[in-house]
Amino acid sequence: MQKMLVVDYEKCTGCRLCELVCAVKHEGVSNPLRARIHIVKWEMKGIMVPMICNQCESAPCISVCPTNARTRDEEQRKVNVDYDKCIGCKMCIVACPFGAVSFDPFASRIISCDLCDGDPRCADFCETGALRYVEASQSNKQRQREAAEKLYESMRKFTAAYTG
Amino acid sequence: MALNRKIAYINLTTGEIETKPIPLEIRKMFLGGRGLDMYLMYNHIKPGIDPLGPDNVALVSAGLLVGTLASASARTHVAGKSPLTGFVGSTNMGGFFAPEMRWAGFDHLVIKGKAEKPVYLWIHNGEIEIRDGSSIWGKTVQETQEIIREELGDSDVKILTIGIAGENLVRYANVMTELKNAGGRSGMGALLGSKNLKAIAARGTMDIKIAHPSEALEYNRKIIRQITSAKVSQTQGRLGTNFIWGATNTQGLVRVRNFQLNQLEDSDDIEPEKLDEFNIGMTGCFGCQVHCRGKYIIPSGPYAGVYAEGPEYTSIGAWAGEPGCRNPLTILVGNHLVNSYGLDTLETGSMIAWAMELYEEGILTSKDTDGLDLRFGNDEAVIEMVHRIANRKGLGDILAEGPLRAAKKIGKNSIKYSIQVKGMSNLHSDERPTPALALGIATGSRGSDHLRSRPAIDLYHLPEPVLRKIYSQPVPYDGPLSSDYRDYEGKPWQVFWHEMCYEAVDCLGICKYHTTFLGATLPNFEEWSKLLYYNTGLEMSPLDIWTVAERCYNIERLFNIREGLTRKDDWLSDRYFDEPTTVGIPGVRNKTLDREKFKKMIDEYYEHHGWDENGVPRPETLRRLGIDKEPSHML
Repeated sequence: MQKMLVVDYEKCTGCRLCELVCAVKHEGVSNPLRARIHIVKWEMKGIMVPMICNQCESAPCISVCPTNARTRDEEQRKVNVDYDKCIGCKMCIVACPFGAVSFDPFASRIISCDLCDGDPRCADFCETGALRYVEASQSNKQRQREAAEKLYESMRKFTAAYTG
Repeated sequence: MALNRKIAYINLTTGEIETKPIPLEIRKMFLGGRGLDMYLMYNHIKPGIDPLGPDNVALVSAGLLVGTLASASARTHVAGKSPLTGFVGSTNMGGFFAPEMRWAGFDHLVIKGKAEKPVYLWIHNGEIEIRDGSSIWGKTVQETQEIIREELGDSDVKILTIGIAGENLVRYANVMTELKNAGGRSGMGALLGSKNLKAIAARGTMDIKIAHPSEALEYNRKIIRQITSAKVSQTQGRLGTNFIWGATNTQGLVRVRNFQLNQLEDSDDIEPEKLDEFNIGMTGCFGCQVHCRGKYIIPSGPYAGVYAEGPEYTSIGAWAGEPGCRNPLTILVGNHLVNSYGLDTLETGSMIAWAMELYEEGILTSKDTDGLDLRFGNDEAVIEMVHRIANRKGLGDILAEGPLRAAKKIGKNSIKYSIQVKGMSNLHSDERPTPALALGIATGSRGSDHLRSRPAIDLYHLPEPVLRKIYSQPVPYDGPLSSDYRDYEGKPWQVFWHEMCYEAVDCLGICKYHTTFLGATLPNFEEWSKLLYYNTGLEMSPLDIWTVAERCYNIERLFNIREGLTRKDDWLSDRYFDEPTTVGIPGVRNKTLDREKFKKMIDEYYEHHGWDENGVPRPETLRRLGIDKEPSHML
């Protein structure tokens, strides 16, 4: 069964452990610039949003790639990069609607999430549940249940109010 | 790698900036953070200087494991001679500033002199610039950070700043970062204010090379599980540190109405579970999975709609227990105000509670308070006093001086009512039934303080074999240990052990909540030894780390002695010995501390340290630790 990385924006506490783990896993260093995931923050408002490649089914970064270095990996449901073909033109950075593709100036190459080849470490370390790597069929289940619970609550209140 | 971060010497009078590498030899002796700061403090600050004069030195640093794969390695340390106590000034805070400073290439800043006009420092990828601070002077902690980010055009800049209290030289002003990460106690905000240094901004994209990346990843994964599987961490992640206030108030271990009671009765409205109703989510510091910091929006009143973070354990003490208030709004607003002004929540609350008792006793009258009805339980008066202290208005100007100076100005035996050690107000906890906790605050190197040595797990009645396992490593110990927190026996060793534990994490830059502070199963020396090796490649045994802690603690002691500290400064207010507790669970009622037994505890505590009966480190202790030739000026 195929899996996917699911982000629950409400659960993120903004600790940035995912950035750290990602940079160490891929580059052996602590440096958020070299991570494939970023927490965008509005500190003074308490807002933190994890931004990561959504592995689009119809990915703009693949469409714009002039050398076909970026391809679709149907097996792992993700975007693959062939660094032998990549010329570093950065068109993918421009094309990505989420700003999830970036350039690593140290290694002089394009970087984006590769799902750690099926074992994304960010999700493994994130205990808040903001990042989860789950079966594709389960991707919406938790959110659906939470929403259903809220609906049920309001229905119950509604019924109680009108039937007294 | 994590060991190649530099030290910068910044002279604000002349504008000169010099950077140097930190020799490995020094690293092995002091690691980083608080430890290396203490060494620099002893070497760079001349004895007897005015803490608010240009001769004082402000030290800003990151712990050695900051930014690495050591869980919650987020801590910034700031040090200098304390404007509040005249002894060691030292503060430690979480957030994201320290990792950013490391990514920008620096571990330690030694800031000397005084800028002619308000300035801030801009640290960026190995470079340091002194910039005009006129646009941020007079601004709140939050405004300052927004203005600097705007000015530098980068929303990811991390900023350490002082608030208006620091500018006004309130002697217990904080350094702050983000919304509420507070470097409190000992007035490091006033120290920065005295230098006209409003803020330090950092942004960096330099690699910190991890020595053994895959091992570091796996080991940290394990450590995080060890931490978050502890019930205490889970509770903290749910209710924040507020749960501690609830638990200790239930027993009768908190200070109420300054020091008149040891339990706040009818406290339903401010219990942690009740405060949780205002919580809109949790957040936390860099790399931390405990996330103990609450988020809330002030629900009503003049500050309605303001987003803030917290409150914490100490805020409930400061805005409810101590002034005898029971309104959650006072806690939420009080917490927000001190964080905006950059005031120490604990000291501010204690000073106000003390003034309230003086008002009740008739030592202060409405003439002194400019008509403000400063009686216990008056929520409006408490909030008004926060404004007056931060802006040094009326009585606030006197209270801004801290307990000893204020008591001298007020006179009339007002000192008798002050609950302080070495000129720093005590935490809002009541230690009369708990000798171990009392010994900790009496002897703490930065004045009365729980974060120097508090063996909080002493309150859990842990079985003796569990205590034995914890406290007989990395240094063997076969003396007495007691599960009863009311005992005197064996407690000096516990206090000594926790001093070393907290000194070590302060050197490494790890949060104390990830140590044997609140949870018996949480990491300590053994785990840190491995974290150090995997992340930095530095090979140090648990015992080596303990020795570093001992070395640093002795330097703190030497600094204090050089500034005139004697054995009599390691002592508590007479009220601890003369006024018995009256409420709480039966086991904590009618308790005072026993002077003779307490004296014996101090003797024992000195002995563990290798200090003589006056609390002075013996020559052989200093030789053993290799600091008999300080000051050495190696760095």
